[in-house]
Amino acid sequence: MDDTRPPLSELEMRGDFIRRHIGPGDRQIAEMLAELGLGSIAELIDRAVPASIRSDRPLDLAAAKSERATVTYLRRMRERNRIFISMIGMGYYGTVIPAVIKRNVLENPGWYTAYTPYQAEVAQGRLEVLLNFQQVVMDLTGMELANASLLDEATAAAEAMAMAKRVSKSRSSRFFVSDDCHPQTIALVKTRARRLGFEVVVGDAFGAAQDTDCFGLLLQYPGSSGEVRDIRPIIERAHADQAIVSVATDLLALTTLAPPGELGADIVVGSAQRFGVPMGYGGPHAAFFATRDGFRRSVPGRIIGVSVDSAGRPALRMALQTREQHIRREKATSNICTSQVLLAVLAALYAVYHGPDGLRTIAGRVHRMTLILAEGLRRLGYDVVNDAFFDTITVRVPGQARRIAARARESRINLRIVDSDHLGISFDETTRRSNLQALWQVFDTRAPSKIGIDELDGVVEECVPDPLRRRSSFLTHPVFERYHSETLMLRYLRRLQTKDIALDRAMIPLGSCTMKLNGTTEMLPVTYRQFSALHPFAPLDQVQGYQQLIEELEEMLCEITGFDAISMQPNAGSQGEYAGLLCIRQYHESRGEAARDVCLIPSSAHGTNPASAHMAGLEVIVIDCDEQGNIDVDELRAKAEQHRKRLAALMITYPSTHGVFEERVKEICQIVHDNGGQVYLDGANLNALVGICRAADLGADVAHINLHKTFAIPHGGGGPGMGPIGVRSHLAPFLPDHPVVDGVNPAAAAAGTIGAVSAAPWGSAGILPISWAYIAMMGGPGLRRATEIAILNANYIAHRLDPHYPVLYRGEHGMVAHECIIDLRDIRHACDITVDDVAKRLVDYGFHAPTMSWPVADTMMIEPTESEAKREIDRFCDAMIAIRREIADIESGKADAHNNLLRNAPHTHHLLLDGEWPHPYSKEQAFFPLAALAEDKYWPPVGRIDNVYGDRHLVCSCPPIESYQDDV
Amino acid sequence: MSDMKFTEDHEWARDEGDDVVVVGITDYAQEQLGELVFVELPEIGSDVSQGDEAAVVESVKAAGEVKSPVSGSIIEVNESLVESPGIVNTDPTGDGWFYKVKMADRSELDGLLDEQSYKDFVAELD
Repeated sequence: MDDTRPPLSELEMRGDFIRRHIGPGDRQIAEMLAELGLGSIAELIDRAVPASIRSDRPLDLAAAKSERATVTYLRRMRERNRIFISMIGMGYYGTVIPAVIKRNVLENPGWYTAYTPYQAEVAQGRLEVLLNFQQVVMDLTGMELANASLLDEATAAAEAMAMAKRVSKSRSSRFFVSDDCHPQTIALVKTRARRLGFEVVVGDAFGAAQDTDCFGLLLQYPGSSGEVRDIRPIIERAHADQAIVSVATDLLALTTLAPPGELGADIVVGSAQRFGVPMGYGGPHAAFFATRDGFRRSVPGRIIGVSVDSAGRPALRMALQTREQHIRREKATSNICTSQVLLAVLAALYAVYHGPDGLRTIAGRVHRMTLILAEGLRRLGYDVVNDAFFDTITVRVPGQARRIAARARESRINLRIVDSDHLGISFDETTRRSNLQALWQVFDTRAPSKIGIDELDGVVEECVPDPLRRRSSFLTHPVFERYHSETLMLRYLRRLQTKDIALDRAMIPLGSCTMKLNGTTEMLPVTYRQFSALHPFAPLDQVQGYQQLIEELEEMLCEITGFDAISMQPNAGSQGEYAGLLCIRQYHESRGEAARDVCLIPSSAHGTNPASAHMAGLEVIVIDCDEQGNIDVDELRAKAEQHRKRLAALMITYPSTHGVFEERVKEICQIVHDNGGQVYLDGANLNALVGICRAADLGADVAHINLHKTFAIPHGGGGPGMGPIGVRSHLAPFLPDHPVVDGVNPAAAAAGTIGAVSAAPWGSAGILPISWAYIAMMGGPGLRRATEIAILNANYIAHRLDPHYPVLYRGEHGMVAHECIIDLRDIRHACDITVDDVAKRLVDYGFHAPTMSWPVADTMMIEPTESEAKREIDRFCDAMIAIRREIADIESGKADAHNNLLRNAPHTHHLLLDGEWPHPYSKEQAFFPLAALAEDKYWPPVGRIDNVYGDRHLVCSCPPIESYQDDV
Repeated sequence: MSDMKFTEDHEWARDEGDDVVVVGITDYAQEQLGELVFVELPEIGSDVSQGDEAAVVESVKAAGEVKSPVSGSIIEVNESLVESPGIVNTDPTGDGWFYKVKMADRSELDGLLDEQSYKDFVAELD
């Protein structure tokens, strides 16, 4: 018995979350330090992090809160958000997420902690749902091909413009946008067009468009005003002029309206939000992008395709990956990297849950309610502007729009104030009879309290003209009929989930992806109604909880990064890069230096860097790296001086993509500044810096912060992400603003900001509580501790694996940063075993592979994060070392050069059923190479997937039902 | 094989007479790329300049461009590659040809590598 009495404050365990978040306990930390021959964490940091960049100034953040206190605080914050019934429309609608999907997918780490499905063999579950998503979009839009989600509808429209320019034969550089598109869509298209050198003409598609020579048009169907018009004449005319027609649309409306594909559209975009994805004060949601088959190679974003596995069975994978920026680099036409997998999954499952009849019923109800509303308003003497509509009407209220909208708010209803004379009203799945009565009373306080809804229902007539009503069937694939009972749905979801490896099963050691713990307490507020059920354009006095959250998170991030201002708008890291570069360009212009258009990028940079630079209208000049993976400073200086007059920016990742703290980073930033350029810091590796060094102190002027890496937002199986940017004060006037919501950038320059880069004012605000909670529960010392242990874990892995797989890059004192790159090039030369083979063999050991062949071919990049305990890291290293022994047998000739454990990996259960065992090694070696696997064996559902077959025979719709027979 | 010329970007050009040259990628190039899944060919009648991107090739791992070894006008393209890009892997210097070009300037051929020089060049790379 220890007689010392701990003080009460210690018994209160306020910082208890820190040890829940950080994997290794004190004893494990001591063991790892001893292995590394280090006496303390301080010594580790001393050797790993250059003294020149370290800051000993502790982070000035509030003391760590307990999980319980955090929940209490967030609950108080949410009370400051007031949920009104949203009838604002404009691309965001009330929706009901089926409870079975909410609990088993949205709130389930088996789904939300998975990574992007690059390792397709361990991602068949969500790939199947993403294929369903594509099928939903293809069916409803009437197009031949759809991708598996973009960031938001406005971004999708901007991507449609860029693609139209690529595929159109027109020589015009003009893009026509219908004035009946959502205002945020128009704003974003303008932002994008400016640096691509396109002229945007906004006008009446049924008037001005006729005389406009353009390479493409963007229409909205139904329009932002709610109007449903026949767009066929516009499309025919545009096609005669070789223009490409993009149509922004609404999936629910398309269950009752003729699909744009049947009307002749070339590209169809929109948001899948109202398919069971909460509004979340702006996001995240999945946008869709559909087009003709002939344009398949020009489609931005990720496409899921059907291929076959090593045994010829159907298997799913991401197709046409070579279009992505990490391969195309400077030639990339889009910087879209992450998609919105979790949200696309929710939307697809919503369609599976309801099926075509259910969706038709919901759409029919929404439409009928709108018809009844319009008829009631007409009877009250109001002029409903629309001739034909689905769920949205515009009402003429001369001079009274604000008064009536205020009266609506009194009944807790938000209407859209179009202008002083017009109000917009949008209905959705959540609209009830009582809302109709309330609205009529709002418009006419003397309205009889009971206008007979059933009576009106009997007399209202369909307003959509016959040719625009949907005749074609949709969602005819059996998957949309099978799971309507909750029992079957529950089992379908579990079956899918079981196919995938997520963080609930094993560590995911992906380099530069920071797959850390996504704490349950951090995730709780995501589904609080007061956070999830808010429209992004709701009046600010109803969303003070969110405003508080955003302001507090901005302050936290400023303190952590050293920047002066933050913009939450970019909803992915790549969008942060793009927004940051736009700020830099506008800054130069504001100083009369518009000629600065050269962007220096190290050869080791992530592919999104050059792609973003290209989109910002910058010319990319590549800087080489030396053998240690560091930027060649002499070359940088030479090129910076050579382009002194034109230098706009340097994009740099720190620690470098090679996982090393470059000693000369400050000197590098200084060279760029001396030559008139600005420094953009790619924050992908921020997890190695938090609490140890501040990005702004390195010399960066702007950086993006991947909240989904460093600040605990889960990867969602390939999205959502969040990429807010921090800037020093001289760039703050140029940060994004928003066309609908005022004051998004309080420091906005009089001459204007860069405009909008996301559809919603604060990006995917719905997931910001996660990062807020993470920082609140870690506090300053906890965050620093996390960084230290992330570096310790990486160095421990490097130390354990180096004798088996040489570690490629190290810093000056032989240490790596928070990740390490191991070299497999010699193995390939010796016996033709590739990183692919090792990655697939890891599946047999129950692991997701590290990052492959990036940033150096035939290597693996491993990032354990601070959240993995020593035991899990050892389990991973044991697997890697065991695989190295298997490779040695191939090298020595003991194992066959072709028919061996690696080449045949992963091994599926089918091998046990398909006749005789076909391999020269035992079943035990194939399936249970380590004794520990007997405890928890992952069985891959498919063998190695044939990538070549998949790309040569692209199929991105649901395969016929026979291929699902395994499941039945 | 002596009538073939090569570039350091791993294209080959074979003089067919009448100022017509057939263009393709070398065995080394196809091996580096791996199995091709997509080939984009130039339009017949279009003009290319020496060193300009004339065609695009993609495997599941890499994307690359075919830079024209000579300037001229495209008179024929190998349509069979569109359906079966794998022909480039199996027969890069034969059935896997990309396009035929009517040369604008014969002397450009003289500036290309001969077979031995190209072999030496590739040997240096490994």
